[in-house]
Amino acid sequence: MELFFSQILDGLSIGSVLLLAATGLAIVFGLMGVINLAHGEFMMLGAYVTYVVQSAFKPMGGVIFELYFPVSLVLAFIVTALVGVLLERTLIRKLYGRPLETLLATWGVSLILIQLIRSVSSAMMLGIIVGVLLGVLFSKLLAAKFSAKPFFTYLNGLGWAVAIGIGLVAVNLFDQIRPLAKPWFGPRNIDVTAPKWLQGSWGMIGTIELPGLRIFIILLSALLLLATYWFLNKSVWGLRIRAVTQNRQMSNCLGIPTDSVDSITFGIGSGLAGVAGCAITLLGSVGPNLGAAYIVSCFMVIVLGGVGNLLGTVLASLLLGIIQSVIGSGTLLTIFPNMPMAAKGVIEFFATTSMSLVLVFIFIIVFLQFRPNGMFPQKGRSVDA
Amino acid sequence: MKLFQRLVPWILLAIALFILPAALDDFRLNLFGRYFALSITALAIDLIWGYTGLLSLGQGIFFALGGYAVAMNLMLNTKSLAGGNGIPKFFENYGVAQLPFFWQPFWSPIFSLIALWMIPAAVAGVVGWLIFRNRIKGVYFSIITQAALMVFFHFFNGQQKLFDGTNGLKTSTTELFGQLVGSPEMQVWFYRLTVVLLPLAFLVCRYFTSGRFGDALIAIRDDESRLRFAGFNPVPFKTIVFLVAGALCGISGALYTVQSGIVSPQYMSISFSIEMVIWVAVGGRGTLVGPIIGAVVVNYLRSLVSEALPEAWLFVQGALFIFVVVLMPDGIYGWITKGGLTTFLAAFGIAKKSKTYPQLDKEFIPVD
Repeated sequence: MELFFSQILDGLSIGSVLLLAATGLAIVFGLMGVINLAHGEFMMLGAYVTYVVQSAFKPMGGVIFELYFPVSLVLAFIVTALVGVLLERTLIRKLYGRPLETLLATWGVSLILIQLIRSVSSAMMLGIIVGVLLGVLFSKLLAAKFSAKPFFTYLNGLGWAVAIGIGLVAVNLFDQIRPLAKPWFGPRNIDVTAPKWLQGSWGMIGTIELPGLRIFIILLSALLLLATYWFLNKSVWGLRIRAVTQNRQMSNCLGIPTDSVDSITFGIGSGLAGVAGCAITLLGSVGPNLGAAYIVSCFMVIVLGGVGNLLGTVLASLLLGIIQSVIGSGTLLTIFPNMPMAAKGVIEFFATTSMSLVLVFIFIIVFLQFRPNGMFPQKGRSVDA
Repeated sequence: MKLFQRLVPWILLAIALFILPAALDDFRLNLFGRYFALSITALAIDLIWGYTGLLSLGQGIFFALGGYAVAMNLMLNTKSLAGGNGIPKFFENYGVAQLPFFWQPFWSPIFSLIALWMIPAAVAGVVGWLIFRNRIKGVYFSIITQAALMVFFHFFNGQQKLFDGTNGLKTSTTELFGQLVGSPEMQVWFYRLTVVLLPLAFLVCRYFTSGRFGDALIAIRDDESRLRFAGFNPVPFKTIVFLVAGALCGISGALYTVQSGIVSPQYMSISFSIEMVIWVAVGGRGTLVGPIIGAVVVNYLRSLVSEALPEAWLFVQGALFIFVVVLMPDGIYGWITKGGLTTFLAAFGIAKKSKTYPQLDKEFIPVD
């Protein structure tokens, strides 16, 4: 029985990592209806922010170093939220109401982010800055002279193409300078050491040990969830977000700045992803491909829980975590040793991490046969709900 | 002009069959063979996405199933690769003495030839029916197909004893008609086979998109609820078209496998299945010529960029996704046929501007 409880605890912590990752997605997808396939890459950005903060704190050592983690949690939120707002302003805004196109475009963004983290160096950063500045400059200059001409759009595109070309040349030039050419992170995984107060055990319940990391992650996800709930239901902006979700045109008529609401919603969703990424660094080394491991599970959590429902997201992620941990470790066999041969064979077949994922996804697809809109469906009168 | 338009497909076919093999070396020809094989997948995705509005992110399943079917048959029938029990050597490495029961029928080439499109079609039919029956559509359909893809990926990746896991099945060292499949002579034959099958796939797609069936598909894409209210049940239409697309992907996967020399669970990775969608988007969805152009252009671009600067490809690909979705939603072919080129030339004063209302002028159809 103890084994069972520790498996449940393990499952809860897997589930709460999922929950951390899915909370942001529940906001972006559940409330805005935007499919953001770059969500996993935002988590990855959060993880890298943690790594940078840790490297910055390392020389200080001692007590100050132990405090790097709270700082990196906050910074991860801020950085990824800013990147999210930038993405919303430049790209997602153009694609509202076209969810399938948004899906493809954000996948493009995720590819760019992955490669950027792999190969970013000071030279590349300088080149990007040169390219973007020149592009903006060109388009301003061209707009001043030709904005009324019919070929302005094409000319503008040409201006940007030239700016990007110059940026590429600049990258190559800067690359000649040795110290600038060194990649910041490189394609390899990075390691973040958890602070001492998170390592080891946090006491016992009966004979079950409480691993500090796991408990911390469970607490963190609960805290973030409460904060999100409070923000959406009690704060002014939360009220506005809910209003825009329910009826965009009417909200606009009543004077709610829907543009800012969109940016803020997307920013918060992305920021939460960053915090999730920060927490994931505690569990092991992370790399540029971190996002891919979580993105499908996150979407499944949202679909299973019911879109636009935080409670559903919580239940779904915890349920998935527990099932995955109990099945994947094959604990059922040790708890019930006297099972019939057939059931035993099935359980052994699925008793690896990847095979338990297979079982979980099959379970979800079967579940959706009976409840196509998830555990807590949204009630509405529209035909295409 | 009319006559010329009629001859264009035949001219292209003749170029692909006779001129390309003479002009290109073995390596390049093999690459083009792969591109044409992938074009069949692009056609299938166009059938379900461009015409029916179902964005499937799981076509990799069917692609890989076709590949595995043909690869296992080739491996079983190659004496030099067999281990002690007369079955492929990799089984021995994992201590499997007997061929798993579901591989048994793959001894027969005829069964394998049928299975390589029949099994993907059956899987697509079942999965599709289960999803469509519940009126799951739009992005939910995409997410669930992606989850199904992950199911198959982890299954094939995790089961070394059944599928050789991550290593996949190698076909380049197998033999067919007493010749090595990886040899240049065989590859030319596979190239020819692909060039013949691509137009056939095109005709199949044209058959399904024209006439009443095609009208129903377009109606589902544009307004499914209205079609329902008009008394049609969209479920069979969607299931059939998904099934056909699955079969086409299976054929494409088999052709690709024999030409690339390996089939592995990587064919079922998330990224590969989304890439397939972008070929269609680049070429032009909702047209049948577009996907072929898209698949060839994007993959050719890929090999060019990867040869010159391997790290740059993800940047280029990501930019391509964004560019096509935001600025060129009709793709290359759609841009030309919908008057993008005319508008472009007119903007610089090269082409004549239309004198009447644009809607009335057949020569001048503006992009909206």
